[in-house]
Amino acid sequence: MEIELFEIKDHLSRHRPFSDLPPAILDGLVSHIEVAYFRAKSTILTLGQDNYYLYFIRSGAVEVSRSSGELYNRFGEGNCFGQFALMRSKRVRYPVIAIEDTLVYLIPNAQFQNLCEQVDDFADYMEESHGARLRQAVSKVREDGYNPLLASPVRKLIRREIVTSSPSASVQQAAEIMTRARVSSLLIMEEAPLVGSQGAIAGLITDRDLRARALSKGLSLSTPVRDIMSREVICCRSEAYAFEAMLTMMRHNLHHLPVLHQGKPIGVITAADIVQYESHGSVYLVSEIFKQTDVVGLKAISEKIKPSFVHMVNEDANSHMIGSALSFIGSSISQRLLHLGETKLGEPPIPYCYLSLGPMARQEQLMVTDQDNAFILDDQFIPQEHDAYFADLAAFVSDGLAACSYSYCDGEIMGTNPRWRQPLKAWQEMFNNWIDDPDPEALLHSSIFFDLEGIYGQLKLAETLKRLIREKAPQSRKFLAHIARNALMRNPPLGFFRHFVLEPNGEHIKTFNLKERGTAPISDLVRVHALACGSRSLNTLERLADVNETDLLPQGVGSDLNDALEFISMVRIRHQAKQIDTGIEPDNDVEPTRLSSFERRHLRNAFQIVDKSQSFLRYRYTASDGMRAIR
Amino acid sequence: MAAKTRDARLHAYYRQPLAPADTPISRVPMLALDLETTGLDDQDDAILSIGLIPFDYYRIRCNGAVNWIVRPNLPIEEIAVTIHGITHSDLEAAPTFADYFDALLQALAGKVIVAHCHEIERRFLKVATMQLTGEPLQFPMIDTMTIEEEKHPYKRPNAIQRWFGEINSPSLRLDASRSRYGLPSYHPHHALTDALATAELLQAQLQDRYDPQTPVSQFWL
Repeated sequence: MEIELFEIKDHLSRHRPFSDLPPAILDGLVSHIEVAYFRAKSTILTLGQDNYYLYFIRSGAVEVSRSSGELYNRFGEGNCFGQFALMRSKRVRYPVIAIEDTLVYLIPNAQFQNLCEQVDDFADYMEESHGARLRQAVSKVREDGYNPLLASPVRKLIRREIVTSSPSASVQQAAEIMTRARVSSLLIMEEAPLVGSQGAIAGLITDRDLRARALSKGLSLSTPVRDIMSREVICCRSEAYAFEAMLTMMRHNLHHLPVLHQGKPIGVITAADIVQYESHGSVYLVSEIFKQTDVVGLKAISEKIKPSFVHMVNEDANSHMIGSALSFIGSSISQRLLHLGETKLGEPPIPYCYLSLGPMARQEQLMVTDQDNAFILDDQFIPQEHDAYFADLAAFVSDGLAACSYSYCDGEIMGTNPRWRQPLKAWQEMFNNWIDDPDPEALLHSSIFFDLEGIYGQLKLAETLKRLIREKAPQSRKFLAHIARNALMRNPPLGFFRHFVLEPNGEHIKTFNLKERGTAPISDLVRVHALACGSRSLNTLERLADVNETDLLPQGVGSDLNDALEFISMVRIRHQAKQIDTGIEPDNDVEPTRLSSFERRHLRNAFQIVDKSQSFLRYRYTASDGMRAIR
Repeated sequence: MAAKTRDARLHAYYRQPLAPADTPISRVPMLALDLETTGLDDQDDAILSIGLIPFDYYRIRCNGAVNWIVRPNLPIEEIAVTIHGITHSDLEAAPTFADYFDALLQALAGKVIVAHCHEIERRFLKVATMQLTGEPLQFPMIDTMTIEEEKHPYKRPNAIQRWFGEINSPSLRLDASRSRYGLPSYHPHHALTDALATAELLQAQLQDRYDPQTPVSQFWL
């Protein structure tokens, strides 16, 4: 006979993971539930006691501590606790007290284990790693919308079989093959070293190459294609998003992009293939940037960034795509400004390289951003002769960026500051000093320089600095310990409690900065690991992928962090898009009451992952004995 | 009691040992009981449903909870169904009090019965048992309303309060009493829900003011 415990069943069915249980299973569960009341301030679970129940809070609130007594989290109506003990040793490691009069439903261990076995979603929800919960959330958000350009992997854009020839084929043979297959490009493959195997890509020729490099030069039709092909062929992976392929083509000004699957070419996509999918304005936006001849024109274009951003959000782009697109637009504007500056001021007296720093270099720029840039000058630099030119150029670029609403950097990290407009050898000395003798004060200010990308001029200069960092940083334990300590300075909040954000000291605050408290702590801590393993990447997700190739992080932590960053970034992105939609200047300050319960729950998980990773960082890169000896 | 009774079922019931009067309240098995009736008059009105849930000082156990619909000895179409939501067809299909009697005695045996406003439950069970066996059913009870009344004794309103029709004491009704202990609001007039609500209220009251060692005799009526 069905037990009519409506109040219990009703309440459970309104909260995950019980809301997803089939009604029959829920009925069966209710008949095993026990109910208990705890007065405010009374102990529910003591450290070290045995626990054989999952606790579900019907009303009231509890506080969970670490074994050290430090506050771990608070939970209110609809939350569960006790599952950690059930899934491990049945021994309580996180003591719990009621902070309000609290009524709990207790689910006995036998029923708990049954549910975990029978219902995958339930097991996933309870799975000790918060990451598992978050991953589901990320993919759930993703399912909500579908945009072919954003969501399609590149391989879906391939419209025909790959057409290849050998490097020794003649120009005429190549033209014949291309005409017959009706393609505008031909991939040139090395001869296979063995029968049945496949050679490497040797090069690529296009319609335009045949015209410009063979016919117009009057070359013989028997000229081998190896003489006219492009040898440095930029490719993309088949699982990359169409959007990324588009950015690659724009960045390198390509019209043909071979697609590799597990290292082997499987097709070539063209700009036209992508443009067919292009539905928002960012390709258009970038091409327009390079047509502008003055700052006024660029300013007008920059006003279209906001609507383009909102469009991408509505089309369900992920944070990596949005960050890349906005950074790409930002770099393009900078590049155009430098070009316009050179036109106005004349040819530069010596070679130089313009650096973008911070979020733009990491391809993580969002709507609210200031400019961080610097100049590396060639070592022929003589201040009296050359500096006036670069001071003018820096001012032109910086003012231009400000006009395009990339506000001036509060910390003066801009090429207009003479400190950040130096010859290569001065930069090398600075980086050597930072790494050899890290002064915490200076590092706090300069950690932004470890995310640097040359975007204009002699890119080799930037490469030299990047190589210096890559070779030197992994060796310096003291340096890593210092930047690890810096990375712990921005903490995530503990989570949400009712209408507040709960701080680790138990305080409640009404709004919090999702960049300072959410994405920045992740970028900071991933930078430490990336520097430790000499990663070449700048983007936090790409750095994580590099770090995951090493054993710096315990199993699973990398993908948890990946999901945490994606989720926090998406909440931040949606928050900004909503503000733009309602005509407010976008910012990063979020009120918990404005988040959905889905967002709140998963942000809480994401923050816990960040917290866990910070604790790990603290332990992984503790100051070495050597350092103590120095002090 | 067992010695005096003639009905075999009651005889067996009374022979179940009950916790001695000095047993600490935290070690007494209890059963929360609520009846839904057609009205308040134990002579003319009838029991429509019985909700029972076993519990103790620490835990309430849903395993063992029942909500019995009872077909009364009255013309069913005259019963108002609006309050308790039990429909005429539910009643038509339901067993009678006599059918539940054995199971009821078994559930009550060895337990202290807990109700909110024990008078009604006690009188209705007494009358129904009388009609069935010719003897009354007697059992010790704990009344959560009485405990609440001790905490908030009735104070006669002063002249001004009377003038404005105010009362000077907090309400002793189940839901109002519960809210003073931070207990959630439930939908009333469902026998098992009210029994659960009563059990939770007693747990809250005991934790509020009573040592777990307090002898049960201090509570029963």
